[in-house]
Formats: sequence, C-alpha cells, structure tokens
Amino acid sequence: MAGPDPIALEARRSQPGILAVGLVALTVFLFLAALVVGPARIGIGPGLAALFSGTEGPTALVMREIRLPRAILAVLVGASLGLAGAAMQGYLRNPLAEPGLIGVSGAAALGAVIALQTGIAAIAMPALPAAALIGALIAVGLILLLAGPRGASLTLILAGIAISALAGALTSLVLNLSPNPFAASEIVFWMMGSLADRSFTHVWIALPFMALGWVLLAGTGRVLDALTLGEDAAEAMGLGLARARLMLVFGVASAVGASVAVAGAIGFVGLVVPHILRRFVGGRPSALLWASALGGAAMLLAADLSVRLILPERDLKLGVVTALVGAPLFLHLIYKTRKEVA
Amino acid sequence: MSLLTLDTLTVRRGTCPVVDSVSLSIGPGECVGLIGPNGAGKTTLLRAALGLLPSTGHSSLANQPAAARARAAAWLPQSREIAWPVDVETVVALGRLPWRPRGAPLSPHDAQAVSGALSRMGLASYRTRTATQLSGGEQARVLIARTLAQETPLLLADEPIAGLDPASQIATMQVFAALAREGRSVVTALHDLALAARYCTRLLMMHQGRLVADGPPQQVLSAENAARVFGIEGRFDAEGRYQVLEAAS
Repeated sequence: MAGPDPIALEARRSQPGILAVGLVALTVFLFLAALVVGPARIGIGPGLAALFSGTEGPTALVMREIRLPRAILAVLVGASLGLAGAAMQGYLRNPLAEPGLIGVSGAAALGAVIALQTGIAAIAMPALPAAALIGALIAVGLILLLAGPRGASLTLILAGIAISALAGALTSLVLNLSPNPFAASEIVFWMMGSLADRSFTHVWIALPFMALGWVLLAGTGRVLDALTLGEDAAEAMGLGLARARLMLVFGVASAVGASVAVAGAIGFVGLVVPHILRRFVGGRPSALLWASALGGAAMLLAADLSVRLILPERDLKLGVVTALVGAPLFLHLIYKTRKEVA
Repeated sequence: MSLLTLDTLTVRRGTCPVVDSVSLSIGPGECVGLIGPNGAGKTTLLRAALGLLPSTGHSSLANQPAAARARAAAWLPQSREIAWPVDVETVVALGRLPWRPRGAPLSPHDAQAVSGALSRMGLASYRTRTATQLSGGEQARVLIARTLAQETPLLLADEPIAGLDPASQIATMQVFAALAREGRSVVTALHDLALAARYCTRLLMMHQGRLVADGPPQQVLSAENAARVFGIEGRFDAEGRYQVLEAAS
C-alpha cells in the first residue's frame, strides 16, 4: 500500500499548532495595542510601566481604570461571541448560524432597554447588565418551552426566530413609548454596542457568566464533531444530543447574554469569525471552538481599536464597525454558497 | 450468542403500526439482507432496533446504555451527510469516538482501525482528500469506512449501496460478506434483490411493517413471496443467481 506523503501529512497535522500560536500572538499584540492607543497621550513604555508598577497618578489611573478593563472586556466579549458562533454553527451544521439565532441577544437587549426606559439603569450600575441577563434567561426558558429539551434542530431555529421577533417588537414598543428623545437616543446608542467607559465592575459582572458559558460550550466539542455526520449517526455513536442541546442553549445564553449585558448588541463576530477560521482547522467543529474564541477576541480588539483610531471624537459605536466589516463578508459568503449550490 | 434480539418490536405512528411486532435474532457471522418495497418499514425497524426511535416490545440494543450500544453496533444512516469540508481520514476517524476517552488523541490501535477501514473500502489513497469534494458514490464509501472503523460486532446499514456504480456495489457487498466470514455480522437494507441473493447468507423480507419471511435467500425469494410482496416475477437460474424478470401481471 502506497502510504501518504509523510511530509505533507505532517504539515497538515501541525497546522492547528501554527494557527493557535498565530492567533494567540495576534490577540496579545492587539491587547497591548488596545492598552497604548487612546485620547490621553501615554507612551508605550510609561503606560505599561504604570500598569505593573503600582504607582499612583493620572497615567496609572487611565491605564488601570479605563484602558485595561476595556481591553479585557473586548477579549471576553469577542471570545464569547466567537465561541458561541462556532458552537451554534457546529450544532446546526449551518455556516449561516450565529449566536443571535436562538433569540438570546434580542431578549438580553430587550431587558437592557427596559432597564434604560424605566430608569432602573440609573439607580445602580449593575442594574442594566442584570436586566439584560434576566432577559437572556427568560429567552432560554421560552426556547426550552417551545422547542423542548430534545427535538430536531429546526424547532430550535424556529423557536429562536419567534423569540427574536417578539423581543424586537417589544424593543420597538419601548422605543415608541419612550418619554423623551433623550431616553430614546440613549437606548439607540446602547443597542449599537460599545465598550467605551466600561469599568472593572462590568468585567466582574460578566466574567462568571461567560466562564460558565465557555465551559458548557467547550464541552460540546465531541458531539459537534460527531454531528458532522448528521443527528442519527451522532446519536448512534453514543453521543447524547439532548444533553448537548441543553449545554448549547445554556452556554450560548450565559456567554452571549453576559456579552450583551456589558457591551450591547454586537453583531457579525459570531457569524464571520468561525467562517474565516474553518478552513484553517480542517473543518473540524471541535477545533473551531477554541480557534473562534481566540479569533473573536482578536476581531473585537481590532474593531475597538479602529473605533478609537478612525473617528476618535465622534464616538463611533463598536457594533456599527463589526456590522460594517461583517456584512460585506456575509454577502461574500452567500455569494460563494450560491455558486457552490448552483 | 446473539448480537441482536428483537421481540415483538412495534413502532406506531399515530395508531398505525409502521413496524408490527417483529421478532428475530442475529447471531455472529451473518450477512443479513433486509428487503421489502418502499414503505415496508425497513428503516424504521433498524432505527427502532438501535433505540433511535421510541418503540414497544424489546430490542437488546435499545436497552443498553448509549455508550455500550455504540461499541456493540454501528449505524450507517441512509442520508449521507458530511456537513463540513473535513478530510477523508477525519471522517473515518469519527468512527473511533465511542472508543476514545474524552479529549484523548487517536491511539495506535485507533489509527490502525482507521487505516484498515480505509484500505478495506479502497480509499487508502483518498485519506487527505476533502470528503465533501468527492463524488456521491465516493462519499458513500467513506461513510461505510467510518462504520467499519467503529469495529463493532454488528453493523446496521440502511441502503449502503444505493447510488454506487456496479463495481462499488459488488465490492461493498464483498466487504460485508468478508466481515461475516470473520465472525462480525451485517444487517443491511437493500433494494437490489440479485445482489442480496448473491451475497447475503440470510434475508429478512418486510411487507407493510411485518416480517413476512426470514431465512436463506432461496427460501425467502420464492416466486410466491416475490409476487405478493414486490409484485414482480423473479427466479433463481441454474447457477443460483437471482433474476428479476418482469412485473407480475
């Protein structure tokens, strides 16, 4: 038997390793860049020194209280969106799936909008993210009620569409009934998604939920690999789909709900990042999970950097940038899919 | 020792039984063809036997924990889905999932099972090819190789040779017959009665949800059964080959 070329095989095998190193290096580079770019002119050396030296003063304050939490949140939110997107695509076996598909983002946004509208958000800082998380949890409850703890992926998609539509309609209603233009504009700006003016309180609110979501989603890798061959084959290989589905729904709700809670609605990261990285992991859904988490973190860091570099004085919103980059990529994806089908 | 025992297995859709109290037992070393017209209940019987469908009655496989069942029987569904552009070797290695602890890399034995399955299906030179870019027939062979790599005593396959070219159909049936000679067993739903008669040691004939005949091909494919169940005229020729002649008048 003529074996495969061992060198070519070795190159193929080592690709995930190269990808991991590349993505980690890119994320670290962008993280450091996020720390040194900003309106306050702080040099790279003094800025990083102030972070680690424990000195007091305006430089240390800007670095520790403004830039560091913002950069950390970009990593956390980006990783959550990328990971959740990869898991959703793997579970539904559809490259057009994204974390918002099951209605969690919409419901979380509705929770936040209600908090803004009723003034609860103004009472204490954690009220807004808490309301968003409650919205995400209600969405999960509705999904499980509509689609059941087991059942085909189609019912999950339909339930998600229904919940998204309902959340969207209620969000419009809240905007419609908004008492004054200021409240309305505050809501609209919040819905565009942003990481500006976030603090470590936001990090501490979001982190436990995100970590829980990551653990749940990372645990689905084996099932997602088996699902490459369809639901029947995966079930027959002894991989419980009902359990995987619960882990997916709770994982996405926890990670994405927490992301929306602290950063607003940021679209397209969960859709585009797994799509770009799929070819580099040989199409394997389990390998795409960690790759998309790293890629999502890098993409959101880059988007947040560009927000600060392109129009620093105009408060460009993060969600607008990711959509502006993501939508053309999405069009490209549809165009390619159409060509493959034809 | 029985690899699969069904006792009055029944699957209802609404009140109508799609599989109607089927009882049978599969021992080691059998190559069993499951035949019957469209809608006879072949797929439903196989899925219910595996516990993928709720049923009444008894199936020795459906009662096992999922992890143990996946080491006892492999399942090749009719729908040939490969959702992502993975290479052939990765698809076949998925068959090792039931044997691998979570997060463990492929063991030397796993790698051996994968390369054995690949060469058995004539795919040794395909291992680095992207599975989704292969032709439909090649993909079908890749998916059969995946079930072979699972190294289960029993393989249940739903129309594995449908859509394959004649040479691949024969090669696949030869692989199944060879598995049976090694002591493993195959139960495969088939529409090609000639191939079923030639390579299977035993045929199960289903009609309207019932198991109407169970035995050696010569006995099951009697002129009366062929006319009643399939509405065809067929016969075994002097060399023992089964031929479908025409639709029964």
